[in-house]
Amino acid sequence: MVNFMLNGEVVGVESDADTSLLWVLREELKLRGTKFGCGIAQCGACTVHIDGNPMRSCVTPVSAVEGRSVTTIEGLATPVGEALKTAWTEAQVPQCGYCQSGQIMQAAGLLDSNPNPSDDEIVNAMNGNLCRCMAYPRIKKAIKTAANGGAMS
Amino acid sequence: MKYQQQGLSRRSFIAGVAGSSLMMSMGSLVSGCSSEQASEALASGDLSKVFAPNIWFEINGAGEVLINIIRAEMGQHVGTSLAQIVADELGADWSKVSFKHVDTDPKWGVMVTGGSWSVHTSFTQLSQAGAAGRTVIIDAASKLMGVPAETCSAENGVVSAGDKSLTFAEIVSNGDFSRSISEEELAAMPVKSAGERKVIGRDVRNLDVAPKSEGSAVYGLDAELPGMAYAMPLLPPTRYGSTVNAIDESAAKTIPGYIGAIPINDPSQTVQGCVVVAAETLPAAMKAVKAVKVDWSAGPTANVDEAAIIAEGMRIASDPDGGTLYVNEGDIAAAKSGAAKSMAATYTTATALHFTMEPQNALVEFDAEGRCHIHAGNQWQSLILPYLAQALEMPENDIIIHQYYLGGGFGRRLFGDQMIPAALAARELGRPVKLMFDRATDSRFDCVRSPSVCAFEATFDADGALTGVDHAVAAGWPTKGMAPGFLGTGIDGKGKFDGFSISGADHWYSLPSHRVRAMNNELAQSTFLPGWLRAVGPGWISWGVESFLDEIADQMRQDPVAMRMGLLDGAGKNAGGEGSTVGGAKRLAAVLKDVSERAGWGREMPANEGLGVAVGHGQERGMPTWIACVAHVAVDPSSGDVTLKKLWQSIDVGTVVNPDGAMAQAEGAALWGVSLALHEGAQFANGEVLEQNLDRYTPLRMSDVPELDIAFVDSDEFPSGLGEPPLIPVAPAIGNAIFAATGKRVRELPIKLV
Repeated sequence: MVNFMLNGEVVGVESDADTSLLWVLREELKLRGTKFGCGIAQCGACTVHIDGNPMRSCVTPVSAVEGRSVTTIEGLATPVGEALKTAWTEAQVPQCGYCQSGQIMQAAGLLDSNPNPSDDEIVNAMNGNLCRCMAYPRIKKAIKTAANGGAMS
Repeated sequence: MKYQQQGLSRRSFIAGVAGSSLMMSMGSLVSGCSSEQASEALASGDLSKVFAPNIWFEINGAGEVLINIIRAEMGQHVGTSLAQIVADELGADWSKVSFKHVDTDPKWGVMVTGGSWSVHTSFTQLSQAGAAGRTVIIDAASKLMGVPAETCSAENGVVSAGDKSLTFAEIVSNGDFSRSISEEELAAMPVKSAGERKVIGRDVRNLDVAPKSEGSAVYGLDAELPGMAYAMPLLPPTRYGSTVNAIDESAAKTIPGYIGAIPINDPSQTVQGCVVVAAETLPAAMKAVKAVKVDWSAGPTANVDEAAIIAEGMRIASDPDGGTLYVNEGDIAAAKSGAAKSMAATYTTATALHFTMEPQNALVEFDAEGRCHIHAGNQWQSLILPYLAQALEMPENDIIIHQYYLGGGFGRRLFGDQMIPAALAARELGRPVKLMFDRATDSRFDCVRSPSVCAFEATFDADGALTGVDHAVAAGWPTKGMAPGFLGTGIDGKGKFDGFSISGADHWYSLPSHRVRAMNNELAQSTFLPGWLRAVGPGWISWGVESFLDEIADQMRQDPVAMRMGLLDGAGKNAGGEGSTVGGAKRLAAVLKDVSERAGWGREMPANEGLGVAVGHGQERGMPTWIACVAHVAVDPSSGDVTLKKLWQSIDVGTVVNPDGAMAQAEGAALWGVSLALHEGAQFANGEVLEQNLDRYTPLRMSDVPELDIAFVDSDEFPSGLGEPPLIPVAPAIGNAIFAATGKRVRELPIKLV
């Protein structure tokens, strides 16, 4: 049994300790907004926050989050998160949409630590998140919109 | 591409009330069926025996419009665009429009989403269906209001006549409907002129975007059924001809929840030598698939590599008379024998992967009646259903594919071959099975873009004028592997060709003599299943055509834009005709002129920087999307690194239905073009792709995105398609820009200067 905070509530899970957090979230806890892409932490579709930091859940064993706080796209209700989700729909960012939960979680991590990132800082923070539809121009635009007009001000 | 359906006769529009909703559909009546029977069937919700509607929408008592969409949503916002067409003609309130992506049912007719066809092939019917719906609504409203129908108009969900008006909700709740409209009436149905449109051409919120921005969109991999087992495939060393000798489960049996290893015996021979490993949970299945050891006898292509496939392409493309004749203008033999000078060049492209971010998966359940339910996102349900029927040895109509959002399509999900092992395993286990490919297995199972070879020879007369171009194209053919019934026949009546793998060679330049031949690379064909990858043939053929044209311009000491303008004279067969081809090559010349002006063509460039130009005419000559592209590159002279600084495109797609969605498709497709030119390439080694995950396969990332300047021509012409065409001219524009910057001609894709 591993216990951790998930989206603000304490959960205990039965999965083996070496099971990746991604599959615990998706299969045992039925939170399917977090996606599987590559399984080797190279695409970012599985990004969640662990103690507020964006992490790749596909390579994080669930045992590593014992006693820690995990936030998924479903629980991203911070002002930054809301600003990003709004900016995402306003900029009509998603195409197939499969990577976008991970993109938003990665972007939220960026804006939490850097409320007004430069273009280069956005690229550096987001470069590990693959968008196969290549909606990158809109991802960047939405992050800037959220940073400028969102909750940080 | 025409698809004949047997037993269907006249097209009709049928309206009737079911429950409290007004149901409206358009399609074909089965021979012998009356429109009254069809109306009754429509009202009962069971149309399958009498009517094949490809359009079906309903308006409920609250005035809400629900449109059934038979196309797949894979990022192109297709449901929104198609709903806009219906809603505009219907006079609906857009805020009350929603749609549903339907499951397979014979009543829908052909279900395919690809080829950038959706808007182009649906536009007329959707417009007529919307207009017919408007006519039905207005007729009912005129009776309710006691005014002549001719005095009524429908807009924004309200029918008005003078000072009287009724909402769609009021009309549907109180009106009298039972109506059929014949094919003749439909053809004469007044559809709006461009100036009258209210929803088409307007920026609307794409209705799939909100759920995709909050993690609630449901993809195939998210589907779940009670009692399902999880399964993962073990693939043999070759796509074809491998056989299972022995399966060692001893280590797997120690894994809690392990169910078993199932050798897949596929009577359709689509999936060969596969073993499916099943367990009670996905984590257990992931462990078990590593623990099960299979001994295979490898098929005959176990030692084939990329170089051998390309070499075979070179060999067959160099045969002066081989292949299937596809274009034969003028007299290429005379041009060659009379040539004062000639030049030849060969262009190649490497294997490329679809790499959809959602890996292949399928959840399959057999219900109590023995019907097979498959849950998976798919682009061409009508293609895979007969394969499934053969694999499962059961009637096609007892197999239902339930549609989901597609986590990337790009042509990969035109084939649903992953459904076959999932379905056979579900039947074997007698319970629902969810089959998931991990990333490496997904790449190994991909129907990749075939390596290709384009061989060119250009001839010139004594004055240096261009007299002819001979072009041979060799590749693996997706259509031969998956849909052989769609192969075309050579223009001399001899041989076959894959239209999707030769399209683009029949370009809109006027050449004195022009010959094109299509060759199937049988080594490619036997080593892997060639796939339709975004832009298909034009994605590799235009790389050659547009690069070689630059070589010709250089040979003739002409400016590349000026030379293209001269060849785009719109003469003869290049004058164009009906539909999207109206205006012909002159429309291509117009976008070329526009993009060259916007890019400042001809300006002085800094050292090691250059501009390159290329054009594309979309997926098919009969459905042209006219695009011209300029690329600005900088090449580091010491490292050879290529930086793409900016891309300009001018696009004439005719009427733009969904402007923001169109721009998103153009951005994404253009960046795919960049990725395939500079970042993505795979290679076969020992019979399978070497690059199976992102540690070796490297699609474009945010840091690689150039400045984009994309503009659409304001046009009222018939709409063409956009999902693929903006990809097409990018690679040759980059290659030509590299030549301008360095004087070095690149002829291999992906481009590597070091």
